[in-house]
Parts: sequence; structure tokens; C-alpha cells
Amino acid sequence: MTTMTLAKALNSGLRRAMEDDGNVLVMGEDVGRLGGVFRITDGLQKDFGDDRVIDTPLAESGIVGTAVGLAMRGYRPVVEIQFDGFVYPAYDQIVCQVAKLHFRSKGRVKVPLVIRIPFGGGIGAVEHHSESPEAQFVHTPGLKVVACSNPADAYGMIQQAIASDDPVIFLEPKRLYHSAKADVDESAELGPLWESRVVRPGTDVTLVGYGPTVSTCLDAAAVAGEEGRSIEVIDLRTLSPLDLAPVQESVRRTGRLVVVHEAHLTLGVGAEIAARVTEECFHSLESPVLRVGGFDTPYPPARIEEAYLPDLDRVLDAVDRTFGF
Amino acid sequence: MTDPVFGPAPAAADDPELVQLLTPEGERVHHAEFDLDFSADQLRGFYRDMTLVRRLDIEATALQRHGELGLWAQLLGQEAAQIGAGRALAPQDFVFPTYREHGVAWCRGVDPVRLLSLFRGVGHGDWDPNEHNFALYTIVIGAQTLHATGYAMGVQRDGAVGTGDPTRDTAVVAHFGDGASSQGDVNEAFVFAASYNAPVVFFCQNNQWAISEPFERQSRIPLYRRAHGFGFPGVRVDGNDVLATYAVTQAALQRARDGQGPTFVEAYTYRMGAHTTTDDPTRYRLSEDVEHWKLKDPIARVEVYLRRNGLVDDEFLAEVANEADELGERMRRECHELPDPTPTGIFDLVYAEKPAELAAQQASYEAYLASFSDEAEEVSA
Repeated sequence: MTTMTLAKALNSGLRRAMEDDGNVLVMGEDVGRLGGVFRITDGLQKDFGDDRVIDTPLAESGIVGTAVGLAMRGYRPVVEIQFDGFVYPAYDQIVCQVAKLHFRSKGRVKVPLVIRIPFGGGIGAVEHHSESPEAQFVHTPGLKVVACSNPADAYGMIQQAIASDDPVIFLEPKRLYHSAKADVDESAELGPLWESRVVRPGTDVTLVGYGPTVSTCLDAAAVAGEEGRSIEVIDLRTLSPLDLAPVQESVRRTGRLVVVHEAHLTLGVGAEIAARVTEECFHSLESPVLRVGGFDTPYPPARIEEAYLPDLDRVLDAVDRTFGF
Repeated sequence: MTDPVFGPAPAAADDPELVQLLTPEGERVHHAEFDLDFSADQLRGFYRDMTLVRRLDIEATALQRHGELGLWAQLLGQEAAQIGAGRALAPQDFVFPTYREHGVAWCRGVDPVRLLSLFRGVGHGDWDPNEHNFALYTIVIGAQTLHATGYAMGVQRDGAVGTGDPTRDTAVVAHFGDGASSQGDVNEAFVFAASYNAPVVFFCQNNQWAISEPFERQSRIPLYRRAHGFGFPGVRVDGNDVLATYAVTQAALQRARDGQGPTFVEAYTYRMGAHTTTDDPTRYRLSEDVEHWKLKDPIARVEVYLRRNGLVDDEFLAEVANEADELGERMRRECHELPDPTPTGIFDLVYAEKPAELAAQQASYEAYLASFSDEAEEVSA
């Protein structure tokens, strides 16, 4: 058992995957000597060489497009997109090529590619550095999308994403990189990747988050608990496929559901969850499914980002509102 | 135009050197860098290949006109560029085509009927890329040039360049057209290939037209000269001359296999047909231009050369014509026999590991379909 930050856990997971499989490559901007702008790939080039940890030209479509070619040659590239807002130059390659090659080729071409994206806000950054583009990728058949929320998951999930024969968009909550610290058992057997998980049991309301909002939900549950309200918190972990069985099981007990994400509300992951839970749990619901998220505006300047991001108070407010119907 | 400070701007009108080994009149000419000795068998082979892929193209166009295909992208006029590029390949080389490389597909042993399936709408890609070392057709313009570059980076990591072993050293070919040369992906592919010295040949068939837009809309300078700015050599070859295309491509492939990095080959040719069967080129180009290029026909010049030098007789030419007829007949027959995909089969193709939620969607749809057959049974009962 080692105490490590989320950043270190990702670094250790990448290292482990590279040790286990010589075909695993890491590529992206500044991932080599610098170790990435967030230091997630720190030391990997020194230990695995510049053939396996590849500093690329500054062109995201080029990074993802060449990774597709490397995958077709039998490699398992792990691509780093430096910031969420910089993924769009690669959007065509991701949506038209990465996502569709398996389908187009009737399964003859596999694209075991992981696209790591530091996502979400809260770091006081300039424009394009704090976004949550997950719904764009969840809406794309052929991709799988996961989000880690804590060091232990980060360590295991990155290895499992790399082992997947399907392309995976791997979302990392950047504001937790160096603040979230936890014990990670590197020798433990990894649990299933494509499952969401109850991280705090409760009986009155179900709160669902992923990535950076899981800790917000846990904070809200702690405060609500002091006020005598029992909140169950579920970490989705996988956004595509969605694993809603634990959510539905929970809602059948609590009758109330609030989904929390930093992404814009309209057509976000929360909207999909609301639709599916309504279909499956209609008679158990005591209240409509509520969502707390970023507003339907572009991400604001950093000085007011705390107002934009779902926080403890907005989550608790939504919890209160579920009792008002 | 000469700027007083910056000097002269390059102009499209500059007359670039065109590598040519066989003139439109069928005269064998020589070139200082790219000359090769061709055997009679090779020359007859080029004639046969070009004749058969032209037939393939004509037959597919006819199948579209008869409603058997939804669309066809014609290669008419580009036979020499494609056969020259295709026959220069070593077995281990890997090719990334656009959607018009029917001649290269032919050289890679892809059955023409497999090509039809895409245009008939029964599949998006119907051959195994690894069986033929020929990737699937890519419709998004230029996207495949990055895949080719990445594949070539993989070849480097496999140690399959510069070993001197002719069965191991591997080159990768990225096909694209003059229109694609404006795409960001193509330019990024140039940057990556140059940066890593990747063993890739950028083979551009400049057929002068991107649907209705003439080459001049894409570039102010001859395309092959762009390579220089990216840091690797470029050459323009007569794309209607199969001998020159073969010789130049072979040299570029060998450069790649030897570890000397990328090369840009601009095969200067002409799209004699429409962009696709839905296009109407009479709206945007002059018939005189087409007539002018007819005089540069890639097959006619080889036939003239073969006849003049006594390398073929009427019997050989009749055999090839027969073979073309048989190919046409087989394509017509087997096109009809291509099985339609099943609506429920698509769920199985999306992922290597099908998620439970997609399986549930499939089950729901199958139950919906089954509800109709139940009704039908009840009615008949």
C-alpha cells in the first residue's frame, strides 16, 4: 500500500502497463523530457526510451491520426491531449476514424487506443483549459469513455483502458491531480472497469457524479448527513457504456436522484441518465430527476469559475428541491 | 510578380520538369535519374493490368447506371498512375488508399467485387487490410495520410527499415489527390513524416479536379514543390506514363525502405470521367480540355510501343480483351449476389467487446421485429 496523488497513480499505472506490454506507447505534446505539463508521464521517457514515449509535433489531429496508424501496425498507443479544449482539432480523427474503423472493417481492424484528456475546471486557467467535452464522445458509437475520480481508480483504470481492444477516451479530473491523495495497493487485483460504484451508502437521495464531481457529491453527503439526511453517492466511472444498474437499484430505494457534472446541462450525460432512469424507475420516483451542472454558456473567466462549477451549496439546493414535489 | 523586398513569388505557371519514360506517342525516352530497363513481360503486364482496371471501372459505372450501385468513383484516365504505383510495391509494403484506388487494389489482389460492396451499400469495407496490405477505402479526404504516417512510424519501431534485407524493409504509401493537399491532416502528415523520417511515400494523383474546383484553387505552385518546405524531396511524374510512374515510385519506396525518409510523388494526370457518378463535369469544364488529355491516354501509348516493337501480337491483345469481358461478366453476376447485411447484425460490429447496454438495445429491437412475425402468425392462424 502506497500513498499517492492521482497524478502519481496515473504515472504508476502507465509505467506498469508499459512494463507489461512492449507494444504500449505514450505519445503527445511535451510528454517526453518534460513529463507532460501535469507531469503524468514523468520519467517514462528516461526509462522506456523515446521510441516508446514520443514527443510529437504540436498537432492534435496528427497525434491521433498517427496513433491510429500505429495501432493498425500492432501497437497500443496512449495519447495525451494536453488540455480538454485542445481535443477539437483531433475531433474528426476521433469521431470518423478511431470510432468507426472497427465497424467499417467488420471487426478486422481494431484500434486499441487510449486518448487521455485532463478535463474540468477549478484550476484558475485561461480559456480552453477547463472544459468538459465528455458528452461529445459519449454520443459517438464506437468509443468508450471513462472518468476516474480517485488515485486507486486512476491506477487501475488506466491499465484496463490500455488493455481494452476498443478505443477509450480517458478523462482525468485535472484539479485533483495533485490534491487527491489516497492509499493505492499496487498489488491488488483490479476490479471491473465498466461498472459504476456506490461510494457512500444512503437511503434518502441518490447523488450521481463522475470525475471531479464525485468529491463534491461526497462533501454534500457529509453535510447532509449532519442535517439528518442520508445520501447515497454513486461514482459512475464509465460514461460509455453507462452502467446504470446500480443507479436504478439505488433510485428504487431512495426515490430521488440528482446528477452532478461540470459539463453544460443541455444534452449532457445527466440528461441521458434522467431519461433512462425515468424509463426504468418511473413508479419509484418521488421527484423528477434533477441535474446540477455547468451552465449553457461557454466556460467563464477563471475569477468567476467557482460560480459556474457545481459546488456543495448548489448540490444541496438540488437535494432540497427533490423534497419539494 | 517580384516584390521589391521579398523577391519573386513562385507561380503555378512555372513549367516543372515532368519525369517521363514513354511519350503520349509511344516513344521510349530516357531520364537521367529514373530510367529502368523493363522486360517485355513487364510491359505486357502493365498493358494487361491497365486494360483490366479500365474495364473494371467501366463495368462499375454501368452497374451504377443500372441501379445496382448507389455510387461509383471513376478512375478513368488514372490507370497508369495507379498501376505504376501498385506494381512498384513489395509484398510487405502497406498502402493507404482514398476511395478511387481501384487500380492499386487490383495490384494488391483485392477482388473487384469487394470494391463494389462499398458502393452498393452492403458494407463500408469488405476486405481484410492485413491480408492484402491494403487499408480500407477512406472517404474523409486526407485522413488516411496520417494513418499511413503512423503505420510507417510503427514500421520504424519494428526495425523494418534500413536493414538491407529486401524481404523485411518496408515502405508505406499514402494515396491522396490534389484537393486533399489543402487538408490539414495531409499537411500534418507531412510534418510528422518529416519529423520522424518515417518510411512513407506520399503519392498524390493530381487529376486536376476536386469535384468542380480546378487545381489552381488548391495551390499556387506545383504540388511536388511543397515537399521541399516540409523538408523532404518531391518529384512530378507523368501520371499517364506507367513506366515513369513505376520507376519513380519504386525509387521513392526504396528510399523509404532504406531509412531515408518520406518522398512526395506528384503523378500528374487527368480525371477523364466525373468525380463520381453523381457529378456532371459539363457544368464546370471544357470538352476541349478532355479532348486534349485523350491524346495522352495511358493505355494507348503502351499499346503503340508494344506493337511497334513487336512485343505483342493480335493473339495477345485478343486474350486480354477476352479476359476483360470475363471480368466484366463476373462483376455483373457477383454484384447481384452480394448479400445484404442484416439490420440486427450492425450491433455486433461496433466494438471488440460489446457493451451490455448495446446488447440490450439490440435485444429490444429484435423483440420489436419479432412482434411483427407474431402478428403475422396470428393473422395466418
